[in-house]
This record gives sequence, C-alpha cells and structure tokens, in this order.
Amino acid sequence: MSRQIIRLGIGLMLAYLVLFAQLNRLQFFSAEALETHPANSRPLVEDFGAPRGEIRAADGTVLARSIDLEEGVVERQREYPLGELFAEVTGFVSFDAGDDGLEAAFDDELRGERNALSDGFRELLGGASTTADVNTTLSVELQEAARDALGERNGSVVALDPRTGEILSLWSYPSYDPNALADVDNSVARTARQNLLADPGNPLLPRTYREVYFPGSTFKMVTAAAAIEEEIVTLDVPVFPTADGYTPPLTNRAFGNFGGSTCGGPLRDLIRVSCNSGFAQLAVELLGAPSLVDTAEDFGFNDTPPIELPGAVESVMPTDFGAALGTDVELAPALAEQFDELPEPVALTDNIPVLAQSSSGQFDVRATPLQMALVAAAIANDGDVPSPHVVSSVVDSEGVVLTEGDTDPWRTAIEPETAEALREAMLGVVTDGTGRSLAVDGLVVGAKTGTAQIAESQEATHAWVIAFAGEQIESPEIAVAVIVEADLALGEQTGGRVAGPVAQAVISSWAN
Amino acid sequence: MSSKRNLELALIVAAGAITVGAYVLASLGRTATIPVDLLPFFGVVLGLIVCAHLVLRRFAPLAEPRILPVVALLNGLGYVFIARLANDIPDATRLPGQQAVWTAVGIAAFTATLVFVPRIKELDKYRYLIGIAGIVLLLLPLLPVVGREVNGARIWVRVGPINFQPGEFAKIALAIFVASYLAEKRTILQETRFAVGPLTFPQPKHLAPVMAAWGGSLLVMVFEKDLGSSLLLFLVVVIMLWVATDRLSYLLTGVVLFAIGGTVSARLFGHVDRRLDAWLDPWADPNNLGFQPLQATFALANGGLTGTGPGRGEPFRIPEVETDFIFAAIGEELGLLGSTGILIAFVAIVAAGLRIAIDTPDDFGSLLATALATLIGIQAFIIIGGVIRLVPLTGITLPFVSYGGSSLVSNYILIALLLRISHDGATRRSRQPKDDAQPTVVA
Repeated sequence: MSRQIIRLGIGLMLAYLVLFAQLNRLQFFSAEALETHPANSRPLVEDFGAPRGEIRAADGTVLARSIDLEEGVVERQREYPLGELFAEVTGFVSFDAGDDGLEAAFDDELRGERNALSDGFRELLGGASTTADVNTTLSVELQEAARDALGERNGSVVALDPRTGEILSLWSYPSYDPNALADVDNSVARTARQNLLADPGNPLLPRTYREVYFPGSTFKMVTAAAAIEEEIVTLDVPVFPTADGYTPPLTNRAFGNFGGSTCGGPLRDLIRVSCNSGFAQLAVELLGAPSLVDTAEDFGFNDTPPIELPGAVESVMPTDFGAALGTDVELAPALAEQFDELPEPVALTDNIPVLAQSSSGQFDVRATPLQMALVAAAIANDGDVPSPHVVSSVVDSEGVVLTEGDTDPWRTAIEPETAEALREAMLGVVTDGTGRSLAVDGLVVGAKTGTAQIAESQEATHAWVIAFAGEQIESPEIAVAVIVEADLALGEQTGGRVAGPVAQAVISSWAN
Repeated sequence: MSSKRNLELALIVAAGAITVGAYVLASLGRTATIPVDLLPFFGVVLGLIVCAHLVLRRFAPLAEPRILPVVALLNGLGYVFIARLANDIPDATRLPGQQAVWTAVGIAAFTATLVFVPRIKELDKYRYLIGIAGIVLLLLPLLPVVGREVNGARIWVRVGPINFQPGEFAKIALAIFVASYLAEKRTILQETRFAVGPLTFPQPKHLAPVMAAWGGSLLVMVFEKDLGSSLLLFLVVVIMLWVATDRLSYLLTGVVLFAIGGTVSARLFGHVDRRLDAWLDPWADPNNLGFQPLQATFALANGGLTGTGPGRGEPFRIPEVETDFIFAAIGEELGLLGSTGILIAFVAIVAAGLRIAIDTPDDFGSLLATALATLIGIQAFIIIGGVIRLVPLTGITLPFVSYGGSSLVSNYILIALLLRISHDGATRRSRQPKDDAQPTVVA
C-alpha cells in the first residue's frame, strides 16, 4: 500500500500546488486589476471612511470633521456640525453623490497621504494621520447674521475685508444640509441629492460665486469709476440735465428713470438718487463703450475671481457694442457748455442704445454677488481689488503650513483718488439717498443700491446693495454685497428697502 | 523517546510565540494598543496546548512530534482572527470566548481519545458498531425534533442548549469503519473479475461499499443540502478503496459517478445550482449571488504579497468570514505569505499523516491513518479552493481555524487517532528491531 500512499501524497501535494498557484494569481499577479475592478467598492469605501482633516471657521469653530463610526464597513463619517449654515463654503463629500466646496477644492490636502502602511506605522508611533486641516476666514456670527437677515428669501450675502480679501461671510438661500449628502448610507445620500436637485430653489447652487444676475444700479459705481478715472467728470462737474429719461441716438425709445421720476444734477447726485437718465447720458455722450468695458474688466469682470472655491464663474461685461458708423455721438449742448475743453468725442456704433442700459447694469451685464462685493471692496481699498479668499491657512498634522490665503491685491481697478471720490459719493447714498436703510450708529457707511428688472414685461426686480463700512472713510474694514432675488409674487423690490436692511444687519453684527 | 516530545514542546512554544505575536499585532493594528488580556491569553493558549503535549508524553510518547505544534499554530491563528473579527462583526463578541471553550473541550476529547483507545486495534473490534454510529450521526439532522436547518443546509442537531454538527463526527466514524472493512477485504477486492478496455473491475457484489458510499453521500447532499461534506466523504472513501486495492477503476468510477450525481442534483436543487452559478461566473451578479465570493477575492487582492497586517484589513466585509471564509481574512491581513503558510501547515499535517500510514505495519492502522490525513487535507482543500474560487464553494469549515465547536472537537479527536496510530507503529517497530539494536529502555 505504501506505493499508493506515496502517490496519494503526491496527488494531494499537486492539489495544494494548484491552490498555491490560484493564490498567487489572486494575491499577486491579478491583485492590482482586482483592486481597481469596477465591481470592487472596497477602495472607494476605504477611501470614503479614511481620516480627513477639519474645516474650521476663523475662530476655530469646526465646520466639517470626520467622526469614527462604531459599526458598519465604513470607518468614519463626515460631519458638518453647523449643517446648512456653511454649506456654501464647506460643500460636502459623498460616497457617490459628488462633492463641492472646500471639500472638493482641498480634497488632496484634507485627505493627506493615503498609504495604508505608512498610516499604520504613524499610528503605531503615536502620530496622527497626515491629513491637513483647512482654516477659513469665515465668521460664524456674520454668517448667522446674514442667514437671519436674509431669512427665507432667495438671495446671497457676501461680506469681506476689503484690505485683505478675507471673506467673512458667504451665504446664499436656500442652502442645504451637507450631512445628509455625506451619509455613509448610500440610499440616504442619494435620496437627499435627488430631493435637492428636484427643489426649484436649487439649494445646491452656491449663488454667491456661481450665479450671475443683472447688477442693476450697483453697476453705476463702475460707470462712475470709469468716468472719474478718465477725468471726464468729477463728482460736481458737469451738471446733468434733469429729465425723466434719456433717449440715446439711433432710437426713439427712451431709457426711463425708476418709477418714472425725474432726476439730474452732478455725478454725486446721480449716484445718490440712482439716476438712470444721467448715467445713460454720461455713458453714451461722454464716456463711450471702450472705457466702460476697460474699467469693468479692471474691476474683475470677464475674468474668474481667484477664490479657492470650485466652479466660480465670470461676471459678464459685454464688449461688443456694434460696428462703428464713422461719426461721433453728438454731445448735448447743455452739457457741452459746461466744459472749458471738450472731452474726446464718443464714436457712434450700431448698438449705442444698449450702452445706455449697460451703464446702469441692465441689458447684457451680469455679475455674481461676489464680484459686486469686490467692486465695493476696491472702492473701499483705494482702488485695489483684493484677492477674495475663504482659506486663511492649510496646516498639516505636523503643523506645517501648506497654503496661506493670498492677501495681495488681485488687480488694480482705479486710482486712489478716484476711489476716494466714489467713497464720498457712496456715503451720500446712505446719509441722504436711496441707501438710508444702511445707516449704522457710530460707523461710516457707504453704499449703492440697485433694483434690477429681470424682464421689461415684469414688475419683479432683484434688490441689490453694495456697501462698505468702517471707523473712518479713509480705510473701511468691511465690504458687503447683498442680493434678494426677484420674486414674481412680491413684484417690485427696491434695493434700498429690501436689500439694504440685510446689509445693515450684517454690518451691525460685524461692528459688535 | 523523550527527544520526540522535547522537539514537540519546542515547536509548541514556537507556535505559541507566533500566535501571541499575531494577537499583539492584531490589537496594535486595530487600536494601536497592547491587548489588556495578553497574559491570560498567553497562559490559556500555551496552557491548553501544553496539556495536550503532556497527555502525549503520558499516553503516546512515541507519537509523531510535528503534528501537534502545527495544529496548535492553526488553532492559535484561527483564534486570533476570530477575536480580531469579533470586534468588527455585529453580535460576534461572544465568539472568541466560545472558541476558547471549544478548544478546551477539543483538547479534553483529544485526551479522552488517547486514554480510551490505548491501541488502535481496539477500534477494529467495534467496526460495525462504529459504522452504524457514523450513519446515525450523518442522518441525525434529518430527524424532526432535534434536526435544524441553518443557511439552507440541514446539518445541525440541537440537544438542550448545545448545537452541533454530527456530520463532523460521522466522517471519523465512517473512516474507521471503511478502513476496517477494507483492511479485511482488500485481497478479495483486488481480484480482477472483468475488464472494460484497460480498466478492470471486481465482482459487482464487492463494489457494494463504493455504491454505499456514493449513495450515502448523495443522500446527504439531497436531504441535508450539504455539498461539501458529501464531496469530502465520497472522495475519502474512493481514495481509501484505491489505496487498499490499487485499482484505478475505483477512482475513475467514483469520479464519474460523483459527476453524474452532482450534475443531477444541481439540476434538481436550486441550492446547489446557485452555488455553481456563483462559482462559474460571480461577476454576472456581483452584488447578490457573486457578492460573497467576490468580496473574498477582493479581500485577498487587497492583502497582496505581505498583507495589510493583522487588524488592519477589512475582512469583515465578507459575509460569514468567521466560519467559511476565515481563510480570506487571513489572506487579506497576512498576505500571500500568510495564506501560503496556512497551505504549508495543512500540507505538513497531511504529509506527517501519510508518513504515519506508510510506517504503520498493519493494514487497518495504515488505512485509517491514510483516511484521517486525507480527510483533513481534502476538507481544507475544498474550503480553501471554494474561498479562492478554484472549486465551487461549499459550507464546510477550515479545520482548526474556522469558528465552530463541532469541527474543532472532531478534528482534535481525528488528530488524537492519528497520533495513536503513530505511537502504535513506533512501539511495534521498537519491539521488532530489524538488526541487533536493543530496544531503548527508559530508566
């Protein structure tokens, strides 16, 4: 029997060799292919549950963190302790429902180095993981003030430090609860996402930097800046005729004043009462399209702001005002007589009537709330547009600073003298103009309101305001933009009445 | 004589050290802390296996010294992984304690076997009694009151508070019966009666045991829906026939019969058919039918060459990882090196067992040793092959490693019998010296 037993031994040995061969295939030769196989959710689940850094507010309040789970296959779950309050900034990470915000923008830093072996060794040596934390410039108080002031009206609030570009508040309504999207239970996350996508209010949209609106009369500050910068006008000269509208060349249709009112006067008054006819005349007869486009682009229009958040969109200033017709726009005699030396004439182009509307932020001009806050900030900051940023620093687990917020200006829009004049004019808006609702005791506040029609046929309007505030007019410390979106049910909403109090609340909260 | 046992003790200490090392690493890997119960754990692990060792010193001093340490290593690593998995699987906190108790029971059974079977020949006398006991055990789960069905297989018996799988014990009883039967009848079975081509067959009436085994295993498969155990029993019986008679016809006939039986039952019973589908193409339904085998595959792939390290993998993602799929957990956390180590451990047990079979002069002992070694070897092959998708998956345990009391206790009995045969053989050889060497006398 020994012979058979030896053969049996050889047979069993061969059988085990086959096991060994298959193990080599699974664990060595095909291991990589299996690990990346689409049916293998292991790496995804592992990745989703891996350690991840915190996102914090300026005062250290945790906005996003990972908490250990006791049960289930996923080790950790992302938690957003303040829920929807900071969704605009933190965004979210989900298993398979996408990601957004800082979670997406700083994904590499938050997750750190993903090496199981080195992680294990680090833990053994008592060190934490290599994940980095993202510290932001955001203020919880200001964010709450913005949320409370805006209430349940679709819109946005942006507040930043004009000197550094540090964003203090970035809120838009409706927001969403990122916790539901980050749930380890896929069905919870997917349902949440579907509901958010189906919501007509589009809560997933970060309106502050990813949605554009007609800026309306807040854009007049850009038009005014261009005119002063070109040294065509000052705040006091010339005096524009009082009228209830302005009819540009090549058309019979007048661009009317708000509510059919009559207005006029020097630039200071045009800004104070937001006079459409005066601005239209200024743009068409004295300024011209190229200068307005240049200045708008100097403020950041037609460019993507360098904010760290993903998907920030450009604000739009149209550049094409039609073909030159070979003649110049005729300057109204009432204006012409006020100049000792006539300014360079404006060339007549096909679309010059549109310029009349563009000067007041209508027609094809579009801006994000962030961009309009930057206009206010540049005026507050002596003409330099700060680099808007929400991240003050990214610090890894060993305390090494990986990234710091850029406090250098993004670009220079206008000369300091121009900015100084514009600040003076905006002060007048609050003391004696359309922006009286923004006054805050003990603070110097300057503002420009806007009431942007969304369609000629409809009454509904976006209510806008841009503002700055501080101890002294020379160096304001906060710049704000507020938009309350048009609501057909509410009809006309003016910037001063509707958006102004929101900005006022934010500024008051900041002052306290 | 004491040199064998001293070698055994040294190897046991080494196995204990590896087990304790793995236990510490698993704890460090999970929580970065040294386990608080390290000393008691070390004491129990070493204590239990040293007990078995002392039993051998007293009752089978000449037995093969390499088997018990390998068993200790498998049992120890199995416990480490059960304890490690218990932290990650819901409702599993009681498993490590139960496994420890079952290990103690297993070693008690090991001791009892060696004490109550002083010579393996004793078993030969009770051949039919043992054979009947085996069949009764095999059929016990089919009884109405005590039998229970778990996960589609009716292989459990409940007596009072204790659940056990009598099939685990039946296989040993049947191995004893068949070894005894064949030891007596092998001469008759070797006689050629008629030939079909190159194959020669004995008289049909002597084929009765093969037919009985085939029928019996199919019976098990049909009524208990236990593909693994029937495959195991059938293969072992056919292999024993071949070893006893050297007639390849038994082997081939057996394989053909089993293939027919397997195919028919797969057609008839969805339970078996689904398993086959999951084996043939798990990718067709990766989230349902193929989920368990694919999760095991991914676990093994995740382990790679050196593994994630004990406690650092995610084997808890595989359903039933603590029993049927524990090999995948080991493969993930100890890598190809660790999974190959397990293979080598089983090869070592099988090789030592077959060596005992060759060295044993009497037919019964030799055949029984062959059967017992083959039982362990094929059982491990079937479940490891199932886990790594080499053969269809069947729900049987990995001897000494998987969680499960019946399996642990029966396999300790099996090892005790193997060592008893080894001791008997060695004793006989030392009493009948081939040359003029004097038998060693211990003062």
